[in-house]
Amino acid sequence: MTSAALTPEQSAARARRFGWWYFAESQLRAMRAYLGAMTLSAVLEPVLYLLAMGVGLGTLVDAQSGPVDGVPYLEFVAPALLVASLVTSVGPEMTYPVMDGFKWHRLYYAPAATAVTPRQVAVGHFVAVMIRFCVQACTFYLVMLAFGAVRPGWSALMIPVGVLAAAAAGAPLQAFAATREDEGSAFVFVQRFVVMPMFLFSGTFFPLAAMPVYLQWIGWVSPVWHGSQLARLAAYGAEVPGWLVAVHVAVLLGLAVGGVWWARSVYDRRLGA
Amino acid sequence: MQPVIEGRGLTKAYGNLVAVDGIDFAVEPGESFGLLGPNGAGKSTTMRLIGGTLDRTGGTLQVAGLDPGQEGPRVRAHLGVVPQQDNLDEELRVAENLIMYGRYFGLSRSHLKPKAEELLDFVQLRDKSHAKVSSLSGGMKRRLTIARGLVNDPSILLLDEPTTGLDPQARHTLWDRLFRLKEVGTTLVVTTHFMDEAEQLCDRLIVIDRGTIMAQGSPRELIREHSTREVLELRFGSARNASVVDSLEDVAPRLEVLPDRILLYTHDGEEALGEIHRRGLSPVTSLVRRSSLEDVFLRLTGRSLVD
Repeated sequence: MTSAALTPEQSAARARRFGWWYFAESQLRAMRAYLGAMTLSAVLEPVLYLLAMGVGLGTLVDAQSGPVDGVPYLEFVAPALLVASLVTSVGPEMTYPVMDGFKWHRLYYAPAATAVTPRQVAVGHFVAVMIRFCVQACTFYLVMLAFGAVRPGWSALMIPVGVLAAAAAGAPLQAFAATREDEGSAFVFVQRFVVMPMFLFSGTFFPLAAMPVYLQWIGWVSPVWHGSQLARLAAYGAEVPGWLVAVHVAVLLGLAVGGVWWARSVYDRRLGA
Repeated sequence: MQPVIEGRGLTKAYGNLVAVDGIDFAVEPGESFGLLGPNGAGKSTTMRLIGGTLDRTGGTLQVAGLDPGQEGPRVRAHLGVVPQQDNLDEELRVAENLIMYGRYFGLSRSHLKPKAEELLDFVQLRDKSHAKVSSLSGGMKRRLTIARGLVNDPSILLLDEPTTGLDPQARHTLWDRLFRLKEVGTTLVVTTHFMDEAEQLCDRLIVIDRGTIMAQGSPRELIREHSTREVLELRFGSARNASVVDSLEDVAPRLEVLPDRILLYTHDGEEALGEIHRRGLSPVTSLVRRSSLEDVFLRLTGRSLVD
């Protein structure tokens, strides 16, 4: 890039190609205000999860019932914890900041008054959160390595898998939040009665097949289960048939792409094209 | 010279509610153009139509030779926008707000760093460069928002109620900065419901009410056409105002009875006041002043501009 000013036509041309990234960049820059808290949370969360579930509960499970899915409990639960941790964290990032953008500080109206389009604002917000989650997933993975919960190598694929699961949950949430004129109790409801059940009933702590059939559907529709199964495949080669791998990827991609598509159209409607 | 903004029969309706009702106007390059009207008159809607963030339902509109309804981002690349409500990013520092906003126009950081300093100088906020936005006063935030609107060197600056909520000193500081922009040839489009602001800032304006244009011209032309040179304001007490009206009718060519005062439109306010005293009437207070755009608005609509 040059340091020269641009003509309006040049500005519009650049914004047409990179507008989504310009907004993502602004969001990431703003996140620096919370860098300390985010770093602390990114490190402490996996430590606490792995200590409590992997080491604490794992000792009991291994002693009582032996390996789960052919591996020690810590190795079984850790990949799913990475996925579940990202999916449960995505709610607050895709609801309240969206309300902030449209209503509280009306931050979205700033880029919408420039050469950037509303749909690029939607994509930029999504991309910024996913970049943050890439860092969070890497941190979680490093803590897993430190705990001996996973062996280095192909297992690192659980990082993109975790981010994909977060995207699958986050994009529809972002679109849903954008449809709201008022936060009311909707976001709390979603966190408690959609995200939390996904965390508890998606085969994170035990195989989905161990649950009664009438509860297993929660896993089938949950990004946590689809992500966890892929993460376990990457971590220790869990037995997942090829067709099911394709289903897991398709569901996660479908939710992510569909959610972003929905969000783009809602942002267009609210901010004007 | 080609107008930089031209609307013909411009209309925006929301169902049965017509917010902008077939207005015609043109803004020349380098002009300071005002939209004066009360809240809900259609001023902000017109601004959004110009910026292409709202689709019109009728008429034609050209901004910098482009149709904002079809080419919103290209049109907005020509514009600086100062919204009615500040929407600065409080998570970013003062200078960062300018830099990140400049990025939305594809400008490089190496260009934007010195540009931000230059703009902060211009709005007298250089010493606040690294301050948190939340620590700024209302007037400072407004100035920063104006600086942000200038980051892409726009040929047209849209200002929606730029001084609402500011104290008199902050308003004058801001007007001074806007004068300077006008001096360097920036086209200003200002919405306001403050008459003094319109008189100070605008070369030409349209008076807009309920989505239609009531009158247009320079502030001086509008006053000359729709009002008298002077206005005599009389207060007899709210209980007596109505009862003395009959005694005043032939003192001035026109009078308006408001809830709290009577306005006599006259070419010589002192002479009219002397006549009133000669008739044995004793107002509680009296004031002779020059006619303003508020009087024009009152004449055109029968209503006060700020209710």
